[in-house]
Amino acid sequence: MNSVIKGASYVLSHAPDMVLRNGTTQTTEMIVNPDSEYLKELPKHLRSYEDVVAYLPNQTYIGNITPQELSAYAQPWYDKKAEKGETVDRYGKFGEVMPQDEFYLLMQACDVFDLVVLEKGFVADVKPRLAKDPVITEQILAQIPEGIDLAEIEHQVNDEHAEGLYQNDKLVGCVKRAHDVDTNLSAHVMLENLVSKAGSVLSLRHLLRVTGIDPADVEYVIDCCEEACGDMNQRGGGNFAKAAAEIAGYTSASGSDTRGFCAGPAHALVEAAALVKSGAYKNVVVTAGGCTAKLGMNGKDHVKKGMPALEDVLGGFSVLISANDGVNPEINLNILGRHAVGTGSSPQAVITSLVQEPLARNGMKITDVDKFSPEMQNPDITKPAGAGDVPLANYKMIGALAVKQGEMQKSELAAFPDKHGIVGFAPTQGHIPSGVPSIGFARQDILDGKLKNVMIVGKGSLFLGRMTNLFDGISFVIQPNSGADSTEGVSEEKIKSMIGDAMKKFAMSLLGEQEEENG
Amino acid sequence: MDLENQKRVKEFAEKYGAENIVVLLGAAEAEAAGLAAETVTLGDPTFAGPLTGVSLKLAAYHVCEEVLKEEYDANIYEEQVGMMEMVLDVDAITEEMNNIREQCQ
Repeated sequence: MNSVIKGASYVLSHAPDMVLRNGTTQTTEMIVNPDSEYLKELPKHLRSYEDVVAYLPNQTYIGNITPQELSAYAQPWYDKKAEKGETVDRYGKFGEVMPQDEFYLLMQACDVFDLVVLEKGFVADVKPRLAKDPVITEQILAQIPEGIDLAEIEHQVNDEHAEGLYQNDKLVGCVKRAHDVDTNLSAHVMLENLVSKAGSVLSLRHLLRVTGIDPADVEYVIDCCEEACGDMNQRGGGNFAKAAAEIAGYTSASGSDTRGFCAGPAHALVEAAALVKSGAYKNVVVTAGGCTAKLGMNGKDHVKKGMPALEDVLGGFSVLISANDGVNPEINLNILGRHAVGTGSSPQAVITSLVQEPLARNGMKITDVDKFSPEMQNPDITKPAGAGDVPLANYKMIGALAVKQGEMQKSELAAFPDKHGIVGFAPTQGHIPSGVPSIGFARQDILDGKLKNVMIVGKGSLFLGRMTNLFDGISFVIQPNSGADSTEGVSEEKIKSMIGDAMKKFAMSLLGEQEEENG
Repeated sequence: MDLENQKRVKEFAEKYGAENIVVLLGAAEAEAAGLAAETVTLGDPTFAGPLTGVSLKLAAYHVCEEVLKEEYDANIYEEQVGMMEMVLDVDAITEEMNNIREQCQ
């Protein structure tokens, strides 16, 4: 039996001060060109929390506006507001957009080594607001102490190599280094890792709300972000998954980390689906938090073009993969696309291996897939940076391959992206946009009978790690539940009748044995 | 262009001589191709990498430019690039590349 997707959660955290202080475009500029016009201009291009919540692609990411509804608005989107009666709110069907100040408190709750410290007044102001978040539990709030004096935080930042946490450019806390010498435990690394962990925790909490699953029923969690946690003796030792599961209250879960740059989430989902299908576990969650380094990555282009610096949110998501319940959409593990070592890195080779080959192997054509979900980067962010509309480019490539395969006429190519594509809406947080942002909507559309299948395509740039020049990618297909016999959901009556039958047979056999003995 | 790639291009130019190097670009957008070409000819326009203020004037072309096609094995080009050529705005890319090359002269 194929495993099923029981639900997905998607969260964003506004992080304007982290754009300025932790995004690598900005930190690099501070080193090579500290007096640059860009660094002076950038703060003027940061958005308010209200604008970030109202931003149409963000409302799509958290589930309030569907991709179809988003695509009805002409691009660019940053200067548009919802005007067709859509819900625009902090909270969405799949998750929420958390303000930066509350996120700092969540980071502290995720820190079990007293590395995050926050100023007293700041905590007093923000904690009551965080407490109103429906997915934040008493146990999480209990991890946030009263706070300390600003002077101590200033001392940590100025003299002890701590990384400052700022709200409206004002120091409100810091992340301390976890070791005096080990660079793998520096304040910088600890901040990045705690941000990732907190994003994962927030999405794990929302996943419980979205799916209604008891956290004690989750047996395994796979983290697929792009950070590494460890020390000087094992730099990427792990384990983000178990660390986040602990804070999120998944008490029965074990877990591990899977990595593959931006392809990580798609790899993790295939692994989760296989673990469940094999019977090893009944419920596996794939999760990831966001990435501070990529905040403001294309900020120079955004500032140059006089637009807001749109890369001002951290992403996060979680997906629950469960044993077949006879209802939810299945992950078909027969239609797996793999970019192998020998595949080659030309776009044509990549798309062939991820899309055409697995479909052909299963007697399907490219045009048999209703919707493709490749890299779902928001074009509002990438187009001004000269990187074009990434999902649209993917649909064009997939369509062009269908033309080359003789599945459709070249004249039909122009209509292919609209027919088989989903508009991009995810923040450019590496692994966050890679295939998975559409799963929440795809699951619903398949359940509603609007779509018959969706192909998720994850791609990763392995060469960035300088270990190989290879590219990477993996794809799989989500399809309606086959409705075949399910081991789940057997009724009480059925169990009673099965036990009754067994007892009758047992009684009959005893009777038979007695008759034999008597005979 | 990625800072590390700028460093590598600079090292190649120093090692083999700028006149012996052709940079073949595969960017999907004219603007991105133009930025990369500008970086290896006039210098890094973003003033961030090792090629800031370094005018290497390397020969830079996009893989889809007509002028280069006779250099390729047609079958391999079709197998590796044919699909992308169908997708890309080759005219816009060629124009952008010509602009950069003209500025370079």
